[in-house]
Amino acid sequence: MGLESWLPKAASSFAGDVDWLLGFITWIVGIWFLAAEGILIFFVLRYRRRPGVRAAYVPARRLRAMAFVLVPCAAILGFDLVIDAVAAPIWHRIKETLPPAQETIRITGEQWAWRFRLPGPDGRLDTADDIEVVNELHLPVDAVVQFELTAKDVIHSFWMPEMRLKQDAVPGRTIRGWFQPTRVGHYEMDCAQICGLGHTMMKASVVVESREAYESWVREKAGSAQVTSREEGPESR
Amino acid sequence: MTHPVPASHDASLAHAQSFWRTWVFSTDHKTIAKQYMFTGLALALVGGFLAYVIRMQLASPGRPVPGYGAVGPGQYNAVVTLHGTIMIFWVAMPILLAGLGNFLIPLMIGARDMAFPRLNMLSYWIFFISTVILLVSFFVPGGAAAGGWTTYPPLSDRAINSGVDLGVTLWILAVALEFAAFLMGGINFIVTAINNRAPGMRLFDMPLMVWMEVAASIIFLFSVGPLIAGAVLLLLDRTANTGFYDPARGGDPLLFQHLFWFFGHPEVYVILLPGFGAVAEILPVFARKPVFGYRMIVYSTIVTGVLSFIVWAHHQFVAGIDPRLATPFSITTILISVPIGITLFAFIATLWRGSITLQTPMLFALGMIAVFLLGGVTGIHNGVPATDIYIHDTYFVVAHFHYALIPSVFFAFFAAFYYWFPKMFGRRTNEWLGQLHFWGTFVFMNVTFFSMFLLGLMGHHRRISNPHFFEALRTPEADRLQWIATIGALGLLAAQIALIANLILSLTRGVRAERNPWRANTLEWTVESPPPHGNFATLPLVRRGPYEYSAPGRSEDYLPQDAPA
Amino acid sequence: MQYARAAHIEHESTEVPTGRLGMWWFLASEIVIFGGLITIYVLFRWRHPEWGAESSHTINAAGGFNTLVLLTSSLTVVLAHKAVSEGKLGEAARLLGFTLLGGAVFLCVKVFEYTHEIREGFLPARSLFWSFYYTMTGLHALHVLGGMVAIACVLVAVRRGKIPHRVEYVGIYWHFVDVVWIFLFPLLYLTS
Ligand SMILES: [Cu+2]
Ligand SMILES: [Cu+2]
Repeated sequence: MGLESWLPKAASSFAGDVDWLLGFITWIVGIWFLAAEGILIFFVLRYRRRPGVRAAYVPARRLRAMAFVLVPCAAILGFDLVIDAVAAPIWHRIKETLPPAQETIRITGEQWAWRFRLPGPDGRLDTADDIEVVNELHLPVDAVVQFELTAKDVIHSFWMPEMRLKQDAVPGRTIRGWFQPTRVGHYEMDCAQICGLGHTMMKASVVVESREAYESWVREKAGSAQVTSREEGPESR
Repeated sequence: MTHPVPASHDASLAHAQSFWRTWVFSTDHKTIAKQYMFTGLALALVGGFLAYVIRMQLASPGRPVPGYGAVGPGQYNAVVTLHGTIMIFWVAMPILLAGLGNFLIPLMIGARDMAFPRLNMLSYWIFFISTVILLVSFFVPGGAAAGGWTTYPPLSDRAINSGVDLGVTLWILAVALEFAAFLMGGINFIVTAINNRAPGMRLFDMPLMVWMEVAASIIFLFSVGPLIAGAVLLLLDRTANTGFYDPARGGDPLLFQHLFWFFGHPEVYVILLPGFGAVAEILPVFARKPVFGYRMIVYSTIVTGVLSFIVWAHHQFVAGIDPRLATPFSITTILISVPIGITLFAFIATLWRGSITLQTPMLFALGMIAVFLLGGVTGIHNGVPATDIYIHDTYFVVAHFHYALIPSVFFAFFAAFYYWFPKMFGRRTNEWLGQLHFWGTFVFMNVTFFSMFLLGLMGHHRRISNPHFFEALRTPEADRLQWIATIGALGLLAAQIALIANLILSLTRGVRAERNPWRANTLEWTVESPPPHGNFATLPLVRRGPYEYSAPGRSEDYLPQDAPA
Repeated sequence: MQYARAAHIEHESTEVPTGRLGMWWFLASEIVIFGGLITIYVLFRWRHPEWGAESSHTINAAGGFNTLVLLTSSLTVVLAHKAVSEGKLGEAARLLGFTLLGGAVFLCVKVFEYTHEIREGFLPARSLFWSFYYTMTGLHALHVLGGMVAIACVLVAVRRGKIPHRVEYVGIYWHFVDVVWIFLFPLLYLTS
């Protein structure tokens, strides 16, 4: 399709599905679009006024005449349903399911930074060796990462273009989700929802690295969280 | 039992009035229409200027914008917020719904005025006050509202969250007054079309423009109520320290999003349908052919209107709602492509075997269809939840809704403006300037917004004041696209000079227009140009539908609705 | 009975007088506003059964009395309309006066309730329930006030023998105000 050349490099397990679907939809609607434009331009050129030629009287009051419009639209209906049928499983996999976590992180959006809390070496959240970092996150490649996403003040939106993942962070709610980074590298994590003065500057860097490198980073940061108990704030629903 | 007809009420219809009653506090629907239109066009200049600031800032972040100065992040937020607010509520609504609706509904159905002329005047003046409040909000301490045109709480809930205090309160007040004005205006439209049609005009003899204006008014009326309630709650949160949207006190920020989009999606059709109405009037006249499937278009419009009430959550797929809601809302959303497709294909089919002339109104009408098609089909990308994960809140969405709204708001309005200008002002417009205006608008519109699709795919998210802050947008390709979009926007704005020149030239020296310069069928062309106060000397007797062009067995290729057979 | 028409309307396409049609559509817009507000409240209430305890601090007796007052004032407006159609304009004006009185009593009781509740410490910002209570009853009270102004205008005109058909229109509006209260009363006062 060529869409891929515009998209950022895919770096999560479901990014390929999203890209494929974008391409699939673009093909379908692209063909319809070009066909409709083609017919429009053809009609305009072909039926320009010519002396002595009168327009046809076609009010299309009967179903037989309307069929010229209704049949293509029935086809549109069919394509709509195909797109829905193809898209629903992809959405289901990304947003409606929660595969078993290999890493769990807690993400809090606040004006104007991303705060991450990781379990630390003991693998459990809300213990003394928890890690808390701001605007920088390390993740092991190929691990299924579950996140608990919330916001402190206003709505933010957790957005990692390469992972094809976006989820609003809403104060008062904890939203769970997952992704699986599949490519080692440095990525940006932005805030996609307007959130005040510093909206543009709200950006974290995410390092996806090998398991060994990740574990040494965890050891280095262990215990950096100040509070051990769950941060107070509105209860999750 | 009979009551005397109150004579004082409208004895004014016939004789001359003072300057104030004629031009300012007029109850004549035609004057009110012009007031809405010129207020809307003046605000379009403001909105266009803000667009210029946005484009200059994005193409060369940090460099002071000529004519504005350096754009700080807070100012940038205010600029994008007001650009959206003004273009939707203070341009699209007044020119398309109120402007065209006021001018055309009574003329097209053969009425002397709106059902409630004084209410009509009141509506305009409430709208005018709301405009003043909005403009004042630019200059209050703390600046104008800066939370996006959607003003989601909690950002809009507490001054501390957005750094803007009075600006947001004024914004809410202005929008609420504006809604009240359009509610009253809409009631007037609906009642007029139901009850004040000329003798002989059945519902299915009404021109499609009237159907579309009425459908838009009904959609507006039923969708805006909950948002008015929601806006009251937001205002109380800001002023009376309640916590309707504050999660810490049991409130729910997502509630506002539901209310906003329950209105916000139907609002798209409130804007689109009058645009379709104008196109539906112009195509048959310039193709000399009946509109293809009149009733089919009416029914598909009704289906569109009904469907538009059950799609709102497609704006919230990733907003934190239950993900299981996404697929049902996606199905209803992309189903709308069917009735909209019927209407568009019917328009295209109207051209088939026609006798087409490409004067300015026709060019804009065709341009409307051509451009809207791309806005329509890219709606599928946004309406499918799985792809929306990526493109939500990116420039892909920005490109999509500009491709959907610019054709309705500007192409369709310009088509209508050039088409009905002779009727409104009694003079013809300059054809050469009109064609220049069209081609400039058409070319630069595509240059501007097509690049935004690509920027969106590259990951350019919305409402950021400095794309260079992000790695993906620091590349030479991204910069090139930014500049292309900016040059396109400058060209688009420059093309409007042709409109202004045409307006001035035509108003002062345009050729006098006869009653029916386009040889059209609808009733407005049976009266003088411009029509007198009260419109019709005697009410017309309607004998047929509005689209009898090139009917067999007649030498003329048109047949006005009231002409004896 | 025949309705007076404004001079600019020579022809009506339906049997329904234009003014009544306008009132219906106006009420449709009002219904979606109140409908929206009531729906929001009910959804919150669903999630917060503990609001029952808060609502027990409302004064049921005052609310119940006000329900009766509004119902009675709706009755007098119906009678006023009947009087107009029989040509008894004087009687219609008197009956409208009773409706006005009902509205005034309603508002007085409401003011009494508000002052009592505020003195007890139940301020709008105290909790979400009270925020809803004051918002909804306050918006309703504004509508009562608006209706009273409209009725007063019509009353004055009817006394002079003018615009009697508008008795019907303010009547429709008053019934609407009444019906909204019939929803608000159980939702805010009674359910626990
Ligand atoms: Cu943010
Ligand atoms: Cu929508």
